Amino acid sequence: MPRFSAQFGRRVVLGIPTAWLIVLFLIPFIIVFKISFSEVRLAMPPYAPLFEWADGKPVAVRLNLSNYSFLFTDALYVSSYLYSLKVAAVSTLFCLLLGYPMAYAIARSQPTTRNLLLMLIVLPFWTSFLLRVYAWIGLLKSNGVINNVLMGMGLIHEPLTMLQTDFAVYIGIVYSYLPFMILPLYSNLEKHDPTLLEAAADLGARPVTAFLRVTLPQSVPGIIAGSLLVFIPAVGEYVIPSLLGRTDQLMIGRVLSDEFFANRDWPVASAVAIFMLGLLVIPIMLFQHFEKRTLEAHK
Amino acid sequence: MKSHGLFSRVALVFGLVFLYVPILSMVVFSFNNSRLVTVWDSANSPTLRWYQALISNEQILGAAWLSIKIAMIAASGAVVLGTLSGVALARFGAFRGRALLAGMTTAPLVMPEVITGLSLLLLFVALEQTIGWPKGGGAVTITLAHITFCMAYVTVVVQSRLVGFDESLEEAAMDLGARPVKVFFRITLPLIVPALVSGWLLAFTLSWDDLVISQFVAGPGSSTLPMVIFSKVRLGVSPDVNALATIMVMVVAAGITASSVWMRFQARRRERDMQLAAAANL
Amino acid sequence: MSKQPNGQSRGAPYVRIENVTRKFGDFVAVNDVSLEVQRGEIFCLLGGSGSGKTTLLRMLAGFETPTSGRIYIDGQDMSGIAPYDRPVNMMFQSYALFPHMTVEKNVAFGLEQERLTRDELRRRVGEILDIVKMGQFLARKPHQLSGGQRQRVALARALVKRPKLLLLDEPLAALDRKLREHTQFELINIQEQLGVTFIVVTHDQEEAMTLSSRMGVMNQGQIVQVGTPTDIYEFPATRFVADFIGSVNMFEGKLVEDEPDYVRIRCEDFGGTVYVNHGISSAPGATVWVAVRPEKINIARHPPVPPAGVHQPDAGQGENVVRGTVKEIAYMGDMSIYLVQTESGKTIRVTMPNVARHAEDRITWDETVYVSWHAESPVVLTR
Repeated sequence: MPRFSAQFGRRVVLGIPTAWLIVLFLIPFIIVFKISFSEVRLAMPPYAPLFEWADGKPVAVRLNLSNYSFLFTDALYVSSYLYSLKVAAVSTLFCLLLGYPMAYAIARSQPTTRNLLLMLIVLPFWTSFLLRVYAWIGLLKSNGVINNVLMGMGLIHEPLTMLQTDFAVYIGIVYSYLPFMILPLYSNLEKHDPTLLEAAADLGARPVTAFLRVTLPQSVPGIIAGSLLVFIPAVGEYVIPSLLGRTDQLMIGRVLSDEFFANRDWPVASAVAIFMLGLLVIPIMLFQHFEKRTLEAHK
Repeated sequence: MKSHGLFSRVALVFGLVFLYVPILSMVVFSFNNSRLVTVWDSANSPTLRWYQALISNEQILGAAWLSIKIAMIAASGAVVLGTLSGVALARFGAFRGRALLAGMTTAPLVMPEVITGLSLLLLFVALEQTIGWPKGGGAVTITLAHITFCMAYVTVVVQSRLVGFDESLEEAAMDLGARPVKVFFRITLPLIVPALVSGWLLAFTLSWDDLVISQFVAGPGSSTLPMVIFSKVRLGVSPDVNALATIMVMVVAAGITASSVWMRFQARRRERDMQLAAAANL
Repeated sequence: MSKQPNGQSRGAPYVRIENVTRKFGDFVAVNDVSLEVQRGEIFCLLGGSGSGKTTLLRMLAGFETPTSGRIYIDGQDMSGIAPYDRPVNMMFQSYALFPHMTVEKNVAFGLEQERLTRDELRRRVGEILDIVKMGQFLARKPHQLSGGQRQRVALARALVKRPKLLLLDEPLAALDRKLREHTQFELINIQEQLGVTFIVVTHDQEEAMTLSSRMGVMNQGQIVQVGTPTDIYEFPATRFVADFIGSVNMFEGKLVEDEPDYVRIRCEDFGGTVYVNHGISSAPGATVWVAVRPEKINIARHPPVPPAGVHQPDAGQGENVVRGTVKEIAYMGDMSIYLVQTESGKTIRVTMPNVARHAEDRITWDETVYVSWHAESPVVLTR
């Protein structure tokens, strides 16, 4: 019965990962969603159940929106969300400004050096993210490498405060996410037809004009893909702001973590998460749309 | 055109310096005898004392071993699941629930880890309430969590490899009488092995390096290496961490160099074979 | 030398395609095709890209399912039967050799499902590789072989299972000219030796004409004509077929006389009348097309005079002849192609063998010539 076994095989191949993801990815989100509506309790788990059961039937539903209104009224949350969006956006911009010319240079290099360069870009990624962020502490702190070098050269007399500033966070994010910006940009730029630029030059366009009118528009999908790959996770970043960032203004990832572990307020933490997700849903869907398009272009 | 190329090449050099200076500074200072990591103690340096301290640090070694174990299991699980979903998405055409599977496998790529970590912990707590397992977390919960978010990466790698794969090879195998399972194991799988290997390595690195999700779902008594490192470095720089970093960089650099040498050797041999065949003709 | 039409008994057809249609959404790739192929034939499906020939082939192999209709192979209905359960094997256009296996393993792959002893397996593999003359390349991998060698391995792999039907997708497309000719004859020899039924899909008419014992011309998802190469070439059923195969001169005209044993057609196209010595089924006054092949046309400096003693049936003076000027000549060595422009502006293509060796004797550019043809040469087409 060949037909039957083929169908059955298909179901197994499909079913296993789908089932796994539903249990370990989808359902957790539903739980977070549910808990964001409940109240905090001094219990384990520290939240009130949503439904009151009696005789096996739900008799009361406690839908608590106070967690969400809390988000909007408390200055801590509003400022954290806005701050996170701002930091992520600025970092993404810096990452793009540095990553684009790098990707461009690699795409235009000789094929032999190209592989070497790509390897050099990707190699840091394989070493620990945590450790590389940590490395910046050593560079940026008051008696760190940069300050020591600058003071030793006589350029400054007082150490610069670089750690625990916005600046440090920008550096940290750009540093960690640079490969994620470069690779999609490179794979886009690599496919450009060099004869188009020759045609532009032949028609009288200066190099800058040719770049702005020919190369840049074609590279937009790569720019979008790279930027989303940096921006979305950067909004919820935890490690970088914890090690390098300000203590007076927290990013939302820190807030969520503190709410959860320090305050044990799981409902509010859940509300923070859901709202963050809401903010990011559109960029995430945009990203998935572009993922699909790139895959189909390969076919 | 010349000036243009110059600007981007300068940016490239600057970028590469930017990428490597922190790593190099960590390596250099791992040999520094001073506890104030970044103040070079020229009298007593270079020294291996931090490496010796590292070897005898039970906490770090234990955490490293746990991280390796988790990463190996998680990477293997992620490869199995990621291959299944990659095959489904690349080969099954349109099926009911395709959008769901596609969405679930690409979302973790960009989802902030705090959200993933939180949601998984809440799941485990709810599970413990209803069926009494898992009890208080532990290596199991971390492994399950890691498999889940790593499989997304493996899916993307496998899917893009399969999409570019010559389907006529699989059709030829079926035409010759092989059932789909045999086709997959005898034809498809051997030819996508490089993608599976890089997927495994990718998953291993992500699991081994993960902090946020582990912090959320770990139970008492299970500390992974990133968790130990993080609690140390929150308080400031620590020279044995530099030593650890150096070891990791060396291992990674050696691995990457070895693999690229191997690949170039393979490519050159292939080229030679093809030239011989073309010269022989008919 | 073309394949002789198969003289085997006209029993039940070996392959029967019954009203098969394949739609992709709104697009109809194969439109209600019915076809019968006899056992031991080499049948070619000839068509341009988009004609549906490849889709039809893939339905025979089992990679596509007909939207409607049925396919029978050796009397067995193939509906719902997967490719791996069909007594059919296919030789792919790209050869699709498994790159990670040796030649021997590639060929042996298909036999692994059959319960053979190792010796038996090795014998069968060796046997078929000897037939395609690849016996000494057992241990090579595909990337170590040239294009022609890979093709032979692909053929061996498809034949080793002794399938009832072998499907070939553009088998000669990837080969250079010399190799192509050589391979054409080899394919025919192997087919005769093994007696397998071949169905070949190609866009190359020369290939189709050389290989097939019978062929079918496809256009836009339908089979337009089926027959031997001679049938198709000399008796095309439609303008499309006449134009698709070889070169043809097509004149549009009006049927002015319609008798059982002759017809006359007035063609304003070239400003003359065509007399054809057989009847056609149409009505007087109808618009028809007259197709005359270039090699059937004679080119001369003087209008033709019916030679004494030869019965030129009833063609009137000035019929089947046109005056024109030689505009282009392509010298091919053994023959020349002349493009003659008539006074009405129509270009007529004529091919003539170069009988005269000396240039002065041959017709040259800008000469005024008379092109003419015999009354039985034209084909009259109503569609």
